Amino acid sequence: MTVMEQRGAYRPSPPPAWQPRTDPTPLLPDTTPYRVLGTEAAAKADPALLRRLYAELVRGRRYNAQATALTKQGRLAVYPSSTGQEACEVAAALVLQEQDWLFPSYRDTLAAVARGVDPVQALTLLRGDWHTGYDPHAHRVAPLCTPLATQLPHAVGLAHAARLKGDDVVALALVGDGGTSEGDFHEALNFAAVWQAPVVFLVQNNGFAISVPLAKQTAAPSLAHKAVGYGMPGRLVDGNDAAAVHEVLADAVARARAGGGPTLVEAITYRLDAHTNADDATRYREDAEVETWREHDPILLLERELTARGLIDEDGIRAARDDAEAFAADLRTRMNQDPHLDPMDLFAHVYAEPTPQLREQQALLRAELEAEAELAAEPEGGAR
Amino acid sequence: MTTVAVKPATMAQALTRALRDALAADPDVHVLGEDVGTLGGVFRITDGLAKEFGDHRCTDTPLAEAGILGTAVGMAMYGLRPVVEMQFDAFAYPAFEQLVSHVCRMRNRTRGTMPLPITIRVPYGGGIGGVEHHSDSSEAYYMATPGLHVVTPATVADAYGLLRQAIASDDPVVFLEPKRLYWSKDAWNPDDPPAVEPIGRAVVRRSGRSATLITYGPSLPVCLEAAEAAREEGWDLEVVDLRSLVPFDDETVCASVRRTGRAVVVHESGGFGGPGGEIAARVTERCFHYLEAPVLRVAGFDVPYPPPMLERYHLPGVDRILDAVGRLQWEAER
Repeated sequence: MTVMEQRGAYRPSPPPAWQPRTDPTPLLPDTTPYRVLGTEAAAKADPALLRRLYAELVRGRRYNAQATALTKQGRLAVYPSSTGQEACEVAAALVLQEQDWLFPSYRDTLAAVARGVDPVQALTLLRGDWHTGYDPHAHRVAPLCTPLATQLPHAVGLAHAARLKGDDVVALALVGDGGTSEGDFHEALNFAAVWQAPVVFLVQNNGFAISVPLAKQTAAPSLAHKAVGYGMPGRLVDGNDAAAVHEVLADAVARARAGGGPTLVEAITYRLDAHTNADDATRYREDAEVETWREHDPILLLERELTARGLIDEDGIRAARDDAEAFAADLRTRMNQDPHLDPMDLFAHVYAEPTPQLREQQALLRAELEAEAELAAEPEGGAR
Repeated sequence: MTTVAVKPATMAQALTRALRDALAADPDVHVLGEDVGTLGGVFRITDGLAKEFGDHRCTDTPLAEAGILGTAVGMAMYGLRPVVEMQFDAFAYPAFEQLVSHVCRMRNRTRGTMPLPITIRVPYGGGIGGVEHHSDSSEAYYMATPGLHVVTPATVADAYGLLRQAIASDDPVVFLEPKRLYWSKDAWNPDDPPAVEPIGRAVVRRSGRSATLITYGPSLPVCLEAAEAAREEGWDLEVVDLRSLVPFDDETVCASVRRTGRAVVVHESGGFGGPGGEIAARVTERCFHYLEAPVLRVAGFDVPYPPPMLERYHLPGVDRILDAVGRLQWEAER
């Protein structure tokens, strides 16, 4: 019995006689990742969706390249790239309806952008002029979350709250393979299943938690298998197959929306870039391995399918690339402008009303700034 | 003229009533925690709430404190006003990451667009004969975390009034309930609870001229008892109940110390790195020229909380407080 089933009614807990509550068999994931592109299932895929996914992937790849370049130019403090993972990022954004919520981690700025967040605002955290650059309510994208897996219980709580209020809202939370080792991953999945919250967990298994490979992270047959322990279905999908990720996530979202509860999706993908610009991936993986994954690139897979089926031609490919270039040029131009900084913002929004202690500190900083401004205004060599 | 006799009520009853009234007043208020539903909480503070408001308003959660606070964050993001119960002080530690990484800073990191009106109730402190992990004074951790309000009642009226204020606050409030005062009684009318001072204001509980005892929560009754005993020594002690550690009421505290010229801070929490160090520093910075003696601290020892049969040696008692008062350099007055 879930909390929702008890709504409005009060019943003491049932007697604690043990009985198996769920047959785990239907919860188990496939043993091989689900694929659409290059398989018979591709024929059933909506051509318009495939073309849309392609355009978003091309733009997403260009976005990753531009953000990485901006980091090298000193415009971003750090950039955790999702190059190679664009299929997961884009599909996660596209499966959601307007009223749904996305819970990204720090690597998921692309998912936020694909959901409509202005890229300059999505990159604010990484530029370093504030923590969250966008109003989370505007596109229903939670703040980028840096402490691993801690955003997962937020997604559960939000989805649960929406259901308590009778609203049709699904939350989709993103986490990496390393994040599945955190306690918050466990607690979030357990709460979600017990409450039957309308939430979908997408694990982007990109093979490495910075440098630590999956084999040192878990002994589970797959990360999707972990779902069984919570009483929710686990799905295993090829994370570089945008059509497959979209289909699996869409199923999970529809299931959550219909009151079927949470799903854990593991997408097998690969981080083609280092963890961030500050990381040196050659210390923990061979170039040959990276090259293997380049042949399984999400854009390549989709382009091959679209071309083979005559769903896109040279002009279509060029149009997608031109759109991506225009997007990158706009981002570059706007990111090359210095952000406006007001040091007094430090005290804004710590509390609804600043405490007396913060007011004192505010006055101290203001006096320092005024003295600084006065000094700067003095003519060179002027009387002191 | 007739007067209606007001019956005594316990702090526990006042807290329960505050939760009940908050649930009745605002459909967005939700209580969640371990054993808060059917059982009514291990201290029975949520007694009857699930029955009256339904399990969806007063929810037994899985046994996982980070999950409780983490899901409360999500609920608050969606506009609810969660009140979470941490079963005991030392059982709140698993929720610490959610508290310091999200609860305290969500408003700030989102430039005010995503405030988190969460109340985190934590029964704290010793003196009830609890075994290991049931008697911690964890307030210093919370005080050191910007973005939280840290509130602790010491009277029955404050238990009700401050909890209602905490739940109504648009900021996260760590609401520390002195568990050894749960059964303390005071004349209090649940149907017409008296208004209390707002969060952030300290209150002088006993006026005096010789020295100021600065305290809060479980140590307030001890300080009042010490003040009575001090009369025999010829000291007329003032007792300030802080009520709120964050925001801190420098004004009331310093006004008292400037009147008396002497101060002792009393709390159960360990002295080293404890609240008393901050309070003594603030008082010294602001009242140096009024002070006749250094500000002293009477605190718990800097040891892991003792086993129940030894806790009376650890907790600040009347004698230790009076000894500290005796060391406030009275020689100059003679």
